[in-house]
Amino acid sequence: MTLEWMAWTPVTAGFFCVIALILIGMTVWEVVSPCVARRGLLPLTTTRGDRLFIGLLGSAYIHLTWVGLTDLSLWIATVISICFLIVLMRWG
Amino acid sequence: MNKWDNNKAWFFILPVLVIVSFSAIIPLMTVVNYSVQDIFGPGQRLFVGVEWFKEVLLDGRLHEALWRQLAFSGLVLLIEMPLGIGIALMMPKKGWAASASLVILALPLLIPWNVIGTIWIIFTRPDIGLFGALVNSAGIAFDHTANAVDAWITLMLMEVWHWTPLVVLLAYAGLRAIPEAYYQAAKIDGASSWAIFRFIQLPKMRGVLTIALLLRFMDSFLIYAEPFVLTGGGPGNATTFLSIYLVKIAVGQFDLGPAAAFSLIYFLIILLFCWLFYQALQAVGTGEKS
Repeated sequence: MTLEWMAWTPVTAGFFCVIALILIGMTVWEVVSPCVARRGLLPLTTTRGDRLFIGLLGSAYIHLTWVGLTDLSLWIATVISICFLIVLMRWG
Repeated sequence: MNKWDNNKAWFFILPVLVIVSFSAIIPLMTVVNYSVQDIFGPGQRLFVGVEWFKEVLLDGRLHEALWRQLAFSGLVLLIEMPLGIGIALMMPKKGWAASASLVILALPLLIPWNVIGTIWIIFTRPDIGLFGALVNSAGIAFDHTANAVDAWITLMLMEVWHWTPLVVLLAYAGLRAIPEAYYQAAKIDGASSWAIFRFIQLPKMRGVLTIALLLRFMDSFLIYAEPFVLTGGGPGNATTFLSIYLVKIAVGQFDLGPAAAFSLIYFLIILLFCWLFYQALQAVGTGEKS
């Protein structure tokens, strides 16, 4: 069976590998140290997984806003997103 | 027992994982792949980066379709929620009349969506349709194929007729779950009908109404079959909602790259709303507990 119809590119393959690694990492983290829901910067009680979801969804919107509003390098949006994700995971 | 020691349970979710992989994850991956390429044909493609996203995000027609979609969903909720609650309040509480009302109300929900469109095309035709002919004979020119306002009125009528019963059924279930003691206490206090509704029925229905709101918003935001059959997105672009515009790009023009980028943006909008509604639902749940 060929996967040509899925039209893979190195960039998208890398993107999904990162997502898969994040999910595996979160699972291992959960096994090693089970998460306790807490309240941080966000106005709601969240678990680690909730914060990751909010962070990834927010990152997608940051990238879309960047693409829609500027012609600057997308890497800047990626760096902003990673900072956002770290802040959210640590203090969210 | 530690949950990690009980590994057998994982086999029970394997079939779901396999089905979801084939029905959702693999197609989604393909859409992501398409969104960054110009697809000419099998094996012929060119990497274009985020060009399609830029094009789609700056597309004026997409902005119009998005506002139209939000307006449609907003109107649907504004009409269907109060109407559904009102009908549920007026419905018989027991006996054969209650069963008969429930069956009659459930009928529109059982009709396939494309058939609904066909029914309303015929129903609103100015020459032979009962509604169209009646309105026109009253001296009001009504033609949903030529007039944008008429097309919207027809769509709203169809949507309200089709989906208000869902709100009614949910609200009715919520009302029936209220213990009789609440009403007796209200009667002793001499509460008015409005006070009973405001301070007993509405708070007790909050959970089911949130579910109704969520379902109705999502369904109306994703609407495709009914307007496609009824108006085809016209007249002009008056009823071209997001899904109709997306299909025009993907199937009509065969622009798979822009259509894939559009799909992902559409998906992200829906994901955001789903999450917001889910949070609201959770808040309602915890609010009731406290």
